[in-house]
Amino acid sequence: MGTKPYSTPEAIRVDDLYKSFGTHDVLKGVSLTALEGDVVAIIGGSGSGKSTMLRCINFLETPTSGQITIAGEPVAMRPDGTPADRRQLERIRQSLGMVFQSFNLWTHKTVLENLIEVPVHVMKCPRDAAIARARKLLARVGLAEKEAVYPAFLSGGQQQRAAIARALCMEPKAMLFDEPTSALDPELVGEVLQVIRALADEGRTMILVTHEMKFAREVASHVIYLHNGLIEEQGPPEALFGAPKSDRLKQFLKSVS
Amino acid sequence: MGPFDLLALEPPGWGGNLLRGLANSVQIAFGAFGLGLLIGTAGAYGKLYGGKITRDLLGLYTTIVRAVPELILILILYFAVTDLVNQMVLAMGGERIQISGVLAGIAVLGVVQGAYATEVLRGAILAVPPGQIEAARAMGMPPVKLAWRITLPAMLGFAIPGLANLWLIATKDTALLAVVGFNELTQETRQAAGATKAFFTFFLAAGAIYLVLTLVSSWGFARIEAWARRGEPRRSR
Ligand SMILES: Nc1ncnc2c1ncn2[C@@H]1O[C@H](COP(=O)(O)OP(=O)(O)OP(=O)(O)O)[C@@H](O)[C@H]1O
Ligand SMILES: [Mg+2]
Repeated sequence: MGTKPYSTPEAIRVDDLYKSFGTHDVLKGVSLTALEGDVVAIIGGSGSGKSTMLRCINFLETPTSGQITIAGEPVAMRPDGTPADRRQLERIRQSLGMVFQSFNLWTHKTVLENLIEVPVHVMKCPRDAAIARARKLLARVGLAEKEAVYPAFLSGGQQQRAAIARALCMEPKAMLFDEPTSALDPELVGEVLQVIRALADEGRTMILVTHEMKFAREVASHVIYLHNGLIEEQGPPEALFGAPKSDRLKQFLKSVS
Repeated sequence: MGPFDLLALEPPGWGGNLLRGLANSVQIAFGAFGLGLLIGTAGAYGKLYGGKITRDLLGLYTTIVRAVPELILILILYFAVTDLVNQMVLAMGGERIQISGVLAGIAVLGVVQGAYATEVLRGAILAVPPGQIEAARAMGMPPVKLAWRITLPAMLGFAIPGLANLWLIATKDTALLAVVGFNELTQETRQAAGATKAFFTFFLAAGAIYLVLTLVSSWGFARIEAWARRGEPRRSR
């Protein structure tokens, strides 16, 4: 978006997304496009629908209506929004590495086993190759010594770095982060943000839901402010944070700073 | 004869009979426990993710089996099932058959065990942090693989204490099969005691055998539980 050449391919595209839980309309027509290499930050108050939007992208939530397109391929949907082609959805999910607020590592597997689980047992990648890749990634996130450790024996920051490495080990086309540092003690936030920043710097496509405004401003190429299930304002970080137009965004930025 | 002569393995001692009874008991308990696990796994998934009719039927099954005393269930199931099979055989022009006591015992106790296992496993599946299952879904893991590779090992630690109880109940419930004339440990003990009038010796011996079986089982289950909980920091127990 913005500064990229017009020929950059689209990585993730969301068109006119609606989502209700029963009678509660959470998303009321949201669209966004992330080109390859984009870092899209989504900000907004609690309950504004940020997580729901992110989870609709890989169908952890079933959209009520709308269209999700990943790398040019529309996700097949039935009229009621449920995915129509399980195999296609599984393949698309493997191309989107998701990182959760609560890490969600598998507690009965060691760190290394967590990383190679899906590459080896679902994507049928040779075990040796997967292990080699996993070790490289663990070294990258500073966990080389922890490969044989069970997640419960790691700090929150270490667990989240392992979870990021687990997502990367699938060699995804894009990453989805849902408040990756919100469950961490303040002193552990930095080490995780540093890993995410390095990913942004190497040109990885990502969509990042975050409450870390300073971080969003530094790494994002595009920022979306969500309010009550609608995009209230969006644009490059300098504009959104430096010169917010809507009163709601001004108020929101004041409340979080 | 003194107690040791009575318990000798070779006739005229009765020890061999007791051990054969034990082998029969363990065999049936093992089969029933295994069948119960199969029924329980299907039942737990059916109760959690099945449609309304599936859930209602499973609810009926677990309620009835857990409400009616096991002895009555065994009598009903044993005679009803034997009768049903025989009527089918007769209707097809065959002759009355004698159903193997071992198979009937396994089937009857397995159905009882299955009802309890359904609830044990359902609770254990619910105890798995939903995020771990969600993470697997988000990474494109197909449902059956997810159940086998993520949910099952993650719930095992929660299920083992309940399953260990079920196993111990299974070993002792085999004694109920004495009412349908099956030669398990209790039945063999009663015969030996009746024939020799050494009631105290034989019932004490049978009690000791059940105790040893329980101790060995508990040790085994503790090992399995420690393995299943290998990812958890040690807690004072
Ligand atoms: N599974 C669900 N069932 C019913 N309502 C839900 C469900 N998930 C989310 N909601 C509701 O949808 C709204 C948006 O939730 P969402 O989690 O997307 O907010 P959010 O912007 O991520 O907030 P936060 O910053 O607190 O994480 C909330 O009102 C929430 O209560
Ligand atoms: Mg959220």
